[in-house]
Formats: sequence, C-alpha cells, structure tokens
Amino acid sequence: MPPHYLDGEAHAHTERPRRHREPGEPLRIGVGGPVGSGKTALVAALCRQLRDDLSLAVLTNDIYTTEDADFLRRHAVLPDQRIAAVQTGGCPHTAIRDDITANLDAIDDLIAGNDRLDLILVESGGDNLTATFSSGLVDVQIFVVDVAGGDKVPRKGGPGVTYSDLLVVNKTDLAPLVGADLDVMRGDAANVRGDRPTVLVSLTQDPAATPVLAWVREQLCVPTS
Amino acid sequence: MTNLSTLLTLADSRLPIGGHVHSGGVEEAVTSGLVVDLVTLRAYLRRRIRIQGLVTASVAAAVHTGVLSISEADGETDARTPAPAARLASRAQGRGLARLARRVWPDHDWHLLGTTPHLAVAAGAVGAVSGLNPDQTALSMVYTTMTGSATAAQRLLALDPGDVAALTFELAPLCDQTAAEAGKELADLSDPLLDVLAQRHIQRERPLFVS
Repeated sequence: MPPHYLDGEAHAHTERPRRHREPGEPLRIGVGGPVGSGKTALVAALCRQLRDDLSLAVLTNDIYTTEDADFLRRHAVLPDQRIAAVQTGGCPHTAIRDDITANLDAIDDLIAGNDRLDLILVESGGDNLTATFSSGLVDVQIFVVDVAGGDKVPRKGGPGVTYSDLLVVNKTDLAPLVGADLDVMRGDAANVRGDRPTVLVSLTQDPAATPVLAWVREQLCVPTS
Repeated sequence: MTNLSTLLTLADSRLPIGGHVHSGGVEEAVTSGLVVDLVTLRAYLRRRIRIQGLVTASVAAAVHTGVLSISEADGETDARTPAPAARLASRAQGRGLARLARRVWPDHDWHLLGTTPHLAVAAGAVGAVSGLNPDQTALSMVYTTMTGSATAAQRLLALDPGDVAALTFELAPLCDQTAAEAGKELADLSDPLLDVLAQRHIQRERPLFVS
C-alpha cells in the first residue's frame, strides 16, 4: 500500500499489529500454509533441533482433529504433555484468525501444564493462501509454501505470502521434477514482501531446516516489550 | 431501547467465544443419519430450542436476576446435563464467554464465575453486566442455541445457506416464545437424545467439531 495521509501526516503500513507480550510469557510462533506444504514436518524438525536447549510446546489446529498432533506424538518429537490439539469445526482459518478462543484456552492449558515454557509453536491446519494468524494469537508467523504447488504462488501473493514474518519455500529438491524456477519464486517473493525475509529449504536434504531454525533462534532473542 | 445493539452483539455468531467449534450435537446427528436434510434439520432445531434452549435460557435468566447464585446455577446445570460430554462442551463454551467478559468488562469482578463456568451460567452473568434485561439474556441463549446448530448443519450437509436462513426466520417466533417462557421460571427438562449424541460424538474417530 502506498503512503497515504492521516491527520495530515504521511502514514505507511510498514508494521503490522503486534500482540503485547508480557515478560516471562513464552514466545508464540504461528506456522501456516496450504495443505501438504510441509508444516508438520517443519514443526517436527524445529522440535528436534530446539528441544534440548529450550522448554517448548506445540499446538496443532487440524481439519480432522488430532492428525498432526498424532504425527508429532508418534514420532516422539516431544513428550505428550507438550503437544495439544484443537478442533476447528472444519474451519482452520476461523480458529487461527476470526475466533481464536479455542487456541487461547489450549495455550493457557499448555502453560499451566508445563514448567516455564520458552516457546509455543502454533501450527495451522492446511488452508488457503489467505489464511493468516491473528496478532492476538501469535507473536510472529511463518508461512510455508512448497515448490510443487507451482512457482507462481509467491507472485499470486495473498496475506500469508505477503505479510508473514518468514516465508518458507519448501521442497526445493522437487523443483527440477515439477519444472519450478526457484529464482522466479525468490524474486517474486522479494517483490511482494519488501524487507520481510524468505528462505528456500528442502527438509529431505536439510532435516534441521537450518535457515528456519536460525530465524526462530533470532526471534527468541527479541526482548519482550 | 438502548441495549438492543448489545443484545445483537452478544447473539452474533461472530462473537469470539469459541462457539464455531461446537455443533450442539448436529455433527453426531448427521453422522448417525438422523439429520439428513432441511426437514430433519427443522425437527432437530425445534427440539434443541424447546429443550436445550429453554433449559439453558431459564438458567441464564435466573443467574441474571439473582434468583440463582453462580454456584447454585452451576449445580442446577449439572443436574440438567447428565452426559459428561455435554457438561464438558457446556463448560468449554462458558470458558470462552468468561474469557471475553473479562476482556470487555475488566472492572467487573468475575472471580465467582471461575475459568470454566457452564455456558448458561456465564451468559446470565454477562447479560446482567452488559446491561441487558433478563428476557434478552434468555433470548440470546435460545437464539444462539439455534444458530450454532444451524450453521454447523449448513457446513456439514452443504445445505443452501438461503434455505437455512429461511428456516431460522421461520423458527424466530418459537425462539421468542421459548425465551419468554424461560424468563418465568427454571425449566426442569433434559433430553436423552442430546445426551446420547454428545456422548457418542466424543467416541467417534475424527469429528470436525468439539461437540
């Protein structure tokens, strides 16, 4: 949006609304994106990398109840009491954006049931390109797309691609197989995102999700307001 | 009537109290083949309004007027809600309303309500604090009992939204009449069907709704 005027002052929307995070409150990071883009695999990777250094928990928002939470439990990325799931009535975007009550209740329960959490990863159910997290639910958010979804996705934009705090283009190893041009995706993302970062990863080649992990660690160092 | 907008706001399905993840038994009714179309949905909604709507609205109105204290109303609601799953669903929704109430009216002392009140109990307390009259509190309770289930059925059966809207207009007089009745005295009904549906719902694999 170009700068416009409010009470005679130039006014540009460079900053999105942010939740007020109290000192001592765990950082909440949202992980959203279309179905099959690799959100749960990314969350699992982050848990494996961070669980020895941090106290963390995961909250999933499934279309079909506990599918993603069950995946995380089966793969034992975290103890059971650190994983919670909310049901979304078939509307994952409603539960993370329009009425976040069920998620807030689940976060309260995770905080009450675990000692001093540093980080809560809130995973959205797979949804469409317009689904983003409310600033009342998370402090920052990651939007995950994959190259197999087509290299036009970053150009099409949408709130997740444009305004997420980190855009992850996943499954880069598949690019030659699906005819996706990674430079086009990188360039289109930069065009719509301004100075918001984008990283390209392949979780099969880089199971630690190194660039995402580095970004998450940076967020953990940002002092509370 | 200056508080009409407050009533509309409280009865709006967009009110962020977590109601959208509850179907009021409709999901299990659909899964069981009891609600399959508009005709069966009408029958289901009438039953919801006449029993669940009446009972919860009468509890809410009694809390609003002070006829029942919060703790008495909690016990009375438990007594009218034998299925453990239905009690949990009621408290999950009451938790959402109590959360919002603390946010909207931070100066009011909500501690008696606790964190997980029954929905009807929370609705009675919120109705009084928000400036509604008891009949409006009852109407809000009856109306949202209907719309929560109607919206869920619309999603689950892919019904024409215009048809479902027409049905809710058709049932509006029944909502009014039920709310007026609820304002008079505490209703002593319970519905075995709704209890069975609530209990079966939580045993299903992969439901979309919490209840």
